[in-house]
Amino acid sequence: MNGLAQHLPALQVVVPMLVAPLVILLRPRGLAWAACTAASVLAFAIAIQLVQGVLDEGAASYLMGSWPAPYGIELRVDAFSALLLLVITGASVMALVGGRNSLDAQIETRRQPYFYAAWLLALAGLSGIVVTADAFNIFVFMEISSLASYVLIAGGPDRRALPSVFKYLIMGTIGATFYLIGVGLIYMMTGTLNLADMELRIHEVADQRPILAAAGFITVGLALKAAIFPLHVWLPNAYTYAPHMVTAFLAACSTKVSLYVLLRFDFFVFQENLAGHAFQFAVYLMPLAILGILVGSAVAMFEKNIKRLLAFSSVAQIGYMMLGASLVTVAGLTAGIMHIFNHALAKGALFLAVASFATVATGLRLDDLKGIARRMPWTFAAFVVAGLSLIGIPGTAGFVSKWYLISAAMEFGAAGLPLVAVILVSSLMAVVYVWRIVEVAWFGEEVGEPRPPVTVSPVLVTVTWVVAIANLYFGLVPELPLSLSGVAATELLDHLP
Amino acid sequence: MSAQSAILLALLLPLVGAAGIAVAGRVNANFRETVTLLTAGGLAITVWSLLPAVMAGERPGVILTELLPGVELAFRVEPLGMLFAALASGLWIVNSLYSIGYMRGNNEKHQTRFYVMFAVSLAATMGVAFAGNLITLFLFYEMLTLSTYPLVSHKGDANTVRSARVYLGILLTTSIGLFLPAIIWTYTVAGGGDFVPGGILAGHVDGPAIGLLLGLFVFGIGKAAVMPVHRWLPAAMVAPTPVSALLHAVAVVKAGVFTITKVIVYIFGVDFLFAAPSSGWLLYAAAFTIIAASVVALRQQNLKRLLAYSTIAQLSYVVMAAAILKPLAEIGAAIHMVAHAFGKITLFFAAGAIYVAAKKTEIHQLRGIGWRMPITMTAFTIGALSMIGVPPTGGFVSKWYILAGAFEDDNYVALATIIMSTVLNAAYFLPIIYMAWFMREEEAPVRPHGEAPWPAVLALAITAFLTIAFFFFHGATLELERQVVENLS
Repeated sequence: MNGLAQHLPALQVVVPMLVAPLVILLRPRGLAWAACTAASVLAFAIAIQLVQGVLDEGAASYLMGSWPAPYGIELRVDAFSALLLLVITGASVMALVGGRNSLDAQIETRRQPYFYAAWLLALAGLSGIVVTADAFNIFVFMEISSLASYVLIAGGPDRRALPSVFKYLIMGTIGATFYLIGVGLIYMMTGTLNLADMELRIHEVADQRPILAAAGFITVGLALKAAIFPLHVWLPNAYTYAPHMVTAFLAACSTKVSLYVLLRFDFFVFQENLAGHAFQFAVYLMPLAILGILVGSAVAMFEKNIKRLLAFSSVAQIGYMMLGASLVTVAGLTAGIMHIFNHALAKGALFLAVASFATVATGLRLDDLKGIARRMPWTFAAFVVAGLSLIGIPGTAGFVSKWYLISAAMEFGAAGLPLVAVILVSSLMAVVYVWRIVEVAWFGEEVGEPRPPVTVSPVLVTVTWVVAIANLYFGLVPELPLSLSGVAATELLDHLP
Repeated sequence: MSAQSAILLALLLPLVGAAGIAVAGRVNANFRETVTLLTAGGLAITVWSLLPAVMAGERPGVILTELLPGVELAFRVEPLGMLFAALASGLWIVNSLYSIGYMRGNNEKHQTRFYVMFAVSLAATMGVAFAGNLITLFLFYEMLTLSTYPLVSHKGDANTVRSARVYLGILLTTSIGLFLPAIIWTYTVAGGGDFVPGGILAGHVDGPAIGLLLGLFVFGIGKAAVMPVHRWLPAAMVAPTPVSALLHAVAVVKAGVFTITKVIVYIFGVDFLFAAPSSGWLLYAAAFTIIAASVVALRQQNLKRLLAYSTIAQLSYVVMAAAILKPLAEIGAAIHMVAHAFGKITLFFAAGAIYVAAKKTEIHQLRGIGWRMPITMTAFTIGALSMIGVPPTGGFVSKWYILAGAFEDDNYVALATIIMSTVLNAAYFLPIIYMAWFMREEEAPVRPHGEAPWPAVLALAITAFLTIAFFFFHGATLELERQVVENLS
């Protein structure tokens, strides 16, 4: 690599971060959105370049200011982080391009520059967590992205967002603090913050109590941020009352970034230390994943507000990712990591469609959506496609990850059968909660006079369909997410002794 | 046209047709119906053009993409699939003709959506027929379920939506809950899921696991309506009659029994399954379904529901024939798919024609209707005789082969079931025929009526003719299906 290309890992974070303060200065209406979108598109292009690079040449390392690691800060883009970058930047572009009208309607004009600056900071923070190879750096970016997300979620017209965001803030801060305490303890014992270096040095002190405590703090803290059951309570309300496009953006990527860090720590740093890696997964994380899947799906089946319904479905889907990882096999990790990508596609399209519904319907309870499909047939068709992907119907992206997950569980023979049952049962629960929406939207009698079909915003419908078609495309040609997550899974497992 | 492109065209044509119908529907209804008929005709020509090659022993195939490493989206035409595709595509033409008469005669709403989804369903059917491995088959199987949902729920009132929920619920639950694990199990142990003559599972599973896997397949393939997963079929009768006729007497239900037959022949392997004692239960399950469904049919008051239960029984004939695991019986299974298709579509056409012309749906209302609608009721009579298995109708041919297969194995359970069910079939069809022709109307109808619109009458006359013709000209079908069992003992 030469020229600008070698700086791409840094630019991935620097571009949105530098554009953010500039956006505040762009007062004229629409300009802030344009700048924010342009920066997002650029970040997306960089992510694509990085993915290409990882596929061609393997992981890329970048030394900030040319200070060698572990003294300086190292940025590192491997298959796992490249996949996450693609999801994060893609979600941002999708929500910004499709959501222009929706955002314009929901965010006060005079506040828009601040809002978009926060958006870019969230983008920079999330990308930063993924590219950096430094434990403290992760904390810094985590705080940047979290603080920006609080602003984004509370930025809408719905006042109920404020208590929800307060809850999120408290729990998010506890999570970040726990993480910081853990990192501090490890630093105390090893004297390094670089993850690769930590991996080498931790062996000498692995059995000491501070390391055990650190592992506990880090796992719980990150599980909080990743909304792993039962630490998910902040998520449904935050998603429900946020501006629709913020939900689309954050639902696709934010919790997954914390999950990414959790897996990084578990497989790179802690490994077989602390009473056995496999034990930790089998005894703690797998049952939580299963409970998350079942409880999340069950609540979604009875939820009345469509955004809350989808939010609880997210809790279940995070369970799938966790379940795949907790098998600690190549197939399982591949399934879990790939589901990060596939779920982002499905949820992204679903929340974009919900944003369309919101412009027409009086509210977002299922009762308000009666007959909405007849008024917005195209948007609703895209919603159904994404819903099928969520269920895991063959031909959609969701099927590919489910196939891998079930195959991974079956590798364990009879012991894997309960897991297979859990996955299948929750798929059927997904049929129920998706089809509840379909029935209401398609056959429900509208309240009041029947109104004619409407087209909200051609751009939004187009973007929704692009994402919906991506669900089909990656269901039939899953090579890209599959190869990235396959390599990522192998790399994670390579670090186990 | 090469065989490869014919396969792809058979999948694409109905989809392109669906788009065409949607566009044409904005212009006018006649144009739209022309597009439907052209698409149906084009599809039939495409599918039938594959026939000579398959008859000659070729197995043309095409691989589209690699879904997952080692799992391809692949198609391969073999005799069973060829027969199923030829049947469904041929009858689509007749059914489209019938739909025109029925939908217009009934002033149904959303006719464009109806024709569009019909074409999509046919595309899915072709995919099921030509699928080269289990995953491809599963993909189109689910597509068929989903694309028929708007057809079943066409009317859109509360009752219809409830029935459509049962339809979708049972079909998706069984396919995701049982069929999918069976497929993944197969891929895990056998390392693949391609349909190979002689089967791929021999040596990879043994003991009770064989019976369990077979159970996952049979009950997972809910479209075959083996009890207790049959409830969706009566529920689906809320659909407009052309849907019940082509989809729930031919395409969807045959996709079910076709898939089971294909799994038995090409995944398990007939000989392998015959040697496995744990697979014996299938015969009894099918036999039970035949008898139980016939008994339930006896009690039905609604004509379409009666036909639905009769279909459940007839589908299990195919399953039972396949489960006898003898060459002649496998041939009988394939032939019964055709014979039952001709007979049952005729019966549904007739039931729909009666509804259009007289708005009658219940059996007791049919007294004396034969003299008002002579062509329709003649066709109904032919269809009913075929269900009972009276010569010279198609139903006799398939029963002959299934019986021959049962004798080959001295399988008295199958023999007794066939005899009992023949009696039961007669018991619920003959009274209807008697009522229609030999009893007087209770009172003259408010609005005197004759036959249904001519396209509908033409369609049911054609299928009634086919029912009889199949008795005399089934040689080609026989020859085609003989290839399936050529290498069996």
